[in-house]
Amino acid sequence: MHNQPSNFLTRATHLLTRNSGAGRKLSLLQQLGLQLFLGLIAFTVLYPMLWIFSLSLNPVNDIRPKELVLIPEGASFNAYLEVLKQPTPNPVSFSQLAYNSFRLSFTTAVASVLIGVFAAYAFSRLRFAGRQVLMVTVLTVLMLPAIATLPALFVLLNKVTFGAGKELFNLRNSLLGVGVAVLSGLLPFAIWNLKGYLDTIPKELEEAALIDGCTPNQAFFLVTLPLALPALAVTGFLGFMSTWSEFAISWQFLTKPEDFTLTMALYGMVGQFAGNTPWSKFAAFAILVALPVSLIYLYLQKYIVSGLALGGVKG
Amino acid sequence: MAEKTIGVFDSAAGGKSVVKKVTPFLYLLPAFIIMGVITFYPMGYQVWMSFTDYGIKNIRVDAPLPDFVGLKNYINILTTNLGLSSFNFWRTLAFNLWWTFSNVIFHVVFGIIIAVALNTEGLWFKRLYRVIYIIPIIIPQIIIANVFRNFFDPDYGALNQGMQLVGALFHLPPEMFHIRWIAQLDYPFPNIPLTLSYFALLITNIWLGWPFMTIIATGALQSIPKELFEAAEIDGATGWQKFWRITLPLIRPAMVPAAVYGIVVTFNLFTLIFFLSAGGPLRQTEILLTVAFRLVNEQRAYGVAAAFSIYVFLILLGLTLLTNYISKATESYDA
Repeated sequence: MHNQPSNFLTRATHLLTRNSGAGRKLSLLQQLGLQLFLGLIAFTVLYPMLWIFSLSLNPVNDIRPKELVLIPEGASFNAYLEVLKQPTPNPVSFSQLAYNSFRLSFTTAVASVLIGVFAAYAFSRLRFAGRQVLMVTVLTVLMLPAIATLPALFVLLNKVTFGAGKELFNLRNSLLGVGVAVLSGLLPFAIWNLKGYLDTIPKELEEAALIDGCTPNQAFFLVTLPLALPALAVTGFLGFMSTWSEFAISWQFLTKPEDFTLTMALYGMVGQFAGNTPWSKFAAFAILVALPVSLIYLYLQKYIVSGLALGGVKG
Repeated sequence: MAEKTIGVFDSAAGGKSVVKKVTPFLYLLPAFIIMGVITFYPMGYQVWMSFTDYGIKNIRVDAPLPDFVGLKNYINILTTNLGLSSFNFWRTLAFNLWWTFSNVIFHVVFGIIIAVALNTEGLWFKRLYRVIYIIPIIIPQIIIANVFRNFFDPDYGALNQGMQLVGALFHLPPEMFHIRWIAQLDYPFPNIPLTLSYFALLITNIWLGWPFMTIIATGALQSIPKELFEAAEIDGATGWQKFWRITLPLIRPAMVPAAVYGIVVTFNLFTLIFFLSAGGPLRQTEILLTVAFRLVNEQRAYGVAAAFSIYVFLILLGLTLLTNYISKATESYDA
């Protein structure tokens, strides 16, 4: 077992391929060729990601990376610590930014799903006059990107003010206002995505409930809605994710640093505003913003892809 | 149960047909009331805005209403009379369309090739590859755009530094790979009016986009019955013939809608362009949406921006109808 490499290789080949079912075996040359190809692709995917991870370990006093190394000299987590304290020159902590991003994303996602699921159910199950027209309406709004409705939302929300002087509350210049603008795009998405999921839940289950004496509303609340809970979670997460990475609306609306979101702070660390922000800080910040949502996405990925295929494509 | 299908609201409710008719609208009511206020009303308002000179002077609560200017905004956009230096509507529109199709072609072709390779029977490390290949999908795009902005940095970016390392193996001087990906104004191919920043964006978006197509193609590939390939083998078909005659026709119904979806997404890819090239140099990689954002955010010309957005809407509508028409037209081929 130990000392014969060629023997080991055949055994390994056997182990790795035995579950592949009947069919033509790959020759070793084909196998190596495919491995080379797919390995190269994997490398191109991983290269920028490994690079940004290695940057985040750079000592903070090193403004720019001079060379390519996986673990830089003097590697430390200092950049993470500094970023958690105060990512940008604005006097706002990471936790404040994260809290703003979180409540904006969470509230809009939950609202879009809770309001959207009723309309989605009507489109999926009920037949009524004007169904087609209303569905096309939702689809048309869905097609329109958020930036294309920005002018009107900006000037309209800007007109909503309460109080006066120092106590003046301007809806436009608040997270609530950003939430309203975000929801305006998220709601049609939730309706459409949920309709796609609901279409896959067999009608027979509701029909059985009706025969057993449920009212139609009971059939929805007691049978279909519980079955749709995973779909609600996935759709809500997709909405959360899109708001979590939203930039244009918040950047246009908000002026008070205590309202800023993570993506707005990120913009302050790159490009024209970056100045001498060390790249290690930028890298650490980017990882802190991306990692939590990416891990949840990875966990939910199986459901999300099938959801996209159903909701987005099948119509 | 076999012949008589019971409509959801037919059986129990019995004669209460009014309830039957009203119920659907009760379900629709919450969503449509809210959309009426925060979506449809602003859209209508925006149509009105597009015919006015709505500007910074009109945004206060007690400010006077803007003046009606008719089609002036619409005409000024088409005749490039906006006060945005180096901006030309037609060039931006052409670039936007070229950007969309050049990207989606790469996504679909790479997506299919990699899916076919990954689905080869007996391939080692399949699961590992699957986990790695999902990475571009699960990371927020705004993070990718910012990471790649630094990735393409001429001095400190990982792309130039990496190429210098590889080049050194072949005794090539490092200066050869000091490429100014984002800032260089000269066209790399003198006869093609595309800047290096376009290619930087293209590289990034290929990196971002092919895994989605691979996932769609994998799903379609796995639903092809193995017997088809076995039968073809018995008839003496080569691998190439099997790909063109079996694989491709059978995954096409899944790939066409995915490509249509990709076209709409890529056409509107604001985040990537805004953060990676910022439309530069000299607005050479600006797309319609980045310009729309600048009109609001920098120019504060809300009336013009409203008119611009209506052009965007009409162009998107045309693009969607066209791609849908083409994908429907190719469908009949399957029968």
